[in-house]
Amino acid sequence: MFTETEGGRSLTYAQALYEGVSQEMDADDSVFVCGLGVDDPIGIYGTTLDLHKKFGSDRSFDTPLAEDCITGMITGAAMAGMRPIHVHQRMDFLLLCMNQLINMSAKTSYITSGAASVPLVVRSVIGRSWGQGAQHSQALHSFFMHVPGLKVVAPTTPHDAKGCLIAAIRDNNPVIFVEHRMLYKNQGIVPEASYEVPFGKARILKKGKDITIVAISHMVVESLRAAHLLEEVGISAEVIDPISLSPLDIDTIAGSAGETTRLLVVDNGWLSCGASAEIITQIIERPEGNRLTAVKRSGFLQTPCPTTRVLENIFYPDSKSIALDAYRLVKGDTAEDWVPVIDQAPEISEFKGPF
Amino acid sequence: MYRIRRVEEEIIRLYPSDKIKSPIHLSIGQESISVGVCHCLRPDDVAVGTYRGHALYLAKGGDLKLMMAELYGKVDGCARGKAGSMHLVDMSVNMVGTSAIVATGIPQAVGFAQALKMKKSDAIVVAFFGEGSTDEGVFHESMNYAALKNLPILFICENNSYAIYSSVETRMPHVNICERAQTYNIPATRIEGGDTIAVTEESKRAVNEIRAGGGPQFLECMTYRWRDHVGPNEDRQLKYRPNGELDEWIANDEVRKFAGMIDERTLNTINKAVEDEISSAIDFAEQSSFPENEEVSLHVYRD
Repeated sequence: MFTETEGGRSLTYAQALYEGVSQEMDADDSVFVCGLGVDDPIGIYGTTLDLHKKFGSDRSFDTPLAEDCITGMITGAAMAGMRPIHVHQRMDFLLLCMNQLINMSAKTSYITSGAASVPLVVRSVIGRSWGQGAQHSQALHSFFMHVPGLKVVAPTTPHDAKGCLIAAIRDNNPVIFVEHRMLYKNQGIVPEASYEVPFGKARILKKGKDITIVAISHMVVESLRAAHLLEEVGISAEVIDPISLSPLDIDTIAGSAGETTRLLVVDNGWLSCGASAEIITQIIERPEGNRLTAVKRSGFLQTPCPTTRVLENIFYPDSKSIALDAYRLVKGDTAEDWVPVIDQAPEISEFKGPF
Repeated sequence: MYRIRRVEEEIIRLYPSDKIKSPIHLSIGQESISVGVCHCLRPDDVAVGTYRGHALYLAKGGDLKLMMAELYGKVDGCARGKAGSMHLVDMSVNMVGTSAIVATGIPQAVGFAQALKMKKSDAIVVAFFGEGSTDEGVFHESMNYAALKNLPILFICENNSYAIYSSVETRMPHVNICERAQTYNIPATRIEGGDTIAVTEESKRAVNEIRAGGGPQFLECMTYRWRDHVGPNEDRQLKYRPNGELDEWIANDEVRKFAGMIDERTLNTINKAVEDEISSAIDFAEQSSFPENEEVSLHVYRD
């Protein structure tokens, strides 16, 4: 896993998010946090826990169950000079916010020709775990990547979670911030001081020469495991985390794919019209695209998410399916002479609900 | 009020020239509401409106030249030609936006009020919307939230009885819009007949109470759209409104009523000032350039 040791100590992803928002609230009175449950005893997996005690209940507050209104409210507050953060316990709830996000927040700068801006952050939790099913697990980042005026980020490491959140809060545009539940307990070295992870800059987490694996959110973790498995059979995989999906650092991704000539994009989402399609298209429109010899997408099955674990395991890619996809891209489509053996990812097997 | 009426009459005159290549939703007949309310506001008070926003934009102090250039799609428009009649904005006078999606400006107005309260400002926000907005879920969410947080906001419902061609009776099982606000513990008053003086007096009272920390208030202002939902024409031929309804509102025209209260000399002075301003705004729009091609990609994001 990527680490940056200078000035850092080990924090979980959730602790890193908490530290990021807390430091920004300290530094800037215009930052406030709202959303269902932000001031409850769970505090969004600890990421907003007791912020209301530290900064006052007018800067971290629960809301009515009114996502449409609250999204409009933060848009107006942002236009009036505040820097709101709206937290959603599930990204599925963003479907109740689409009118405000797409018709209003994303367009305000344009239709006022820059006279008004909307510096807001929408934090949204995605991901499998313990049978979340069809309406509590969806990853809808590609919906938002489609829309000019929005930025979309999905950091994977604790370091990038903190730095991206701070960058999102300071950004003068609406930012959709995507967090996978299975990342919250992951540990990583996080600098104590405040810092930004700039948008539009991908991170090469593992260098490799045979194949480029571009992975999104929790699939980065699974892809790093897959890269480790691939070493067993002498395949060297380069693993890239885009971190920011819009803007997308296509230079870094295309540069890598052009070198390895093989590309696997593993989305934490559906394939149809998805982030993986966008990434591949942007590469093949460039000179590096001519050097590609093998390309594949991997992601959710094109079905709603099933609840029962046995079907969930088929629905989601994992390190084994990623390793096999990569192996076949390198060795040929019909290669069946290797079957990696894995234990289920500990963050999934050890997770107990109900949240 | 007369100035706004004359501006829109000029827009009607110009429209067949096809110089304004985008939809317009005229305020003619409804001017008294924006004028009455905005008369009671300070420059630092904030207004949020709808796509039927010419009257509000002008009543709040928005620049007529910039509006005219915007309608012409010119680079000197209030949004450099990229927004048009449905999205008039003049941040310098806190006319912060008009939306083409019914009711979506209401929660934004609530958010402005939330921000003003957080900043401990004594400015207030006024949200203008039609009665069609009260059909929308976000209207109810916003009433609830504004009352819950005791926000400094005045809700102005311009009830013209029609959402495009659907009358209020076909959309509501129980037509009492003030009750909808009162459900959320927001004081609500209905003002009949588009009465400018009554709108002004009720607004003055409400604004003072809101500014003193009394929380949101709601005014249902009865009014009438004289022209078609969109475009410059009358729409009598569509026959969706009862015969005589429009005639009755025209007979009680607030603009003419006010003109009758003023002596002829003053009227002539006003008339000349208005005509001079309009013709210079049209000249400004005519002479302004269209945006350069590069403009299409500007302002998608803010630095």
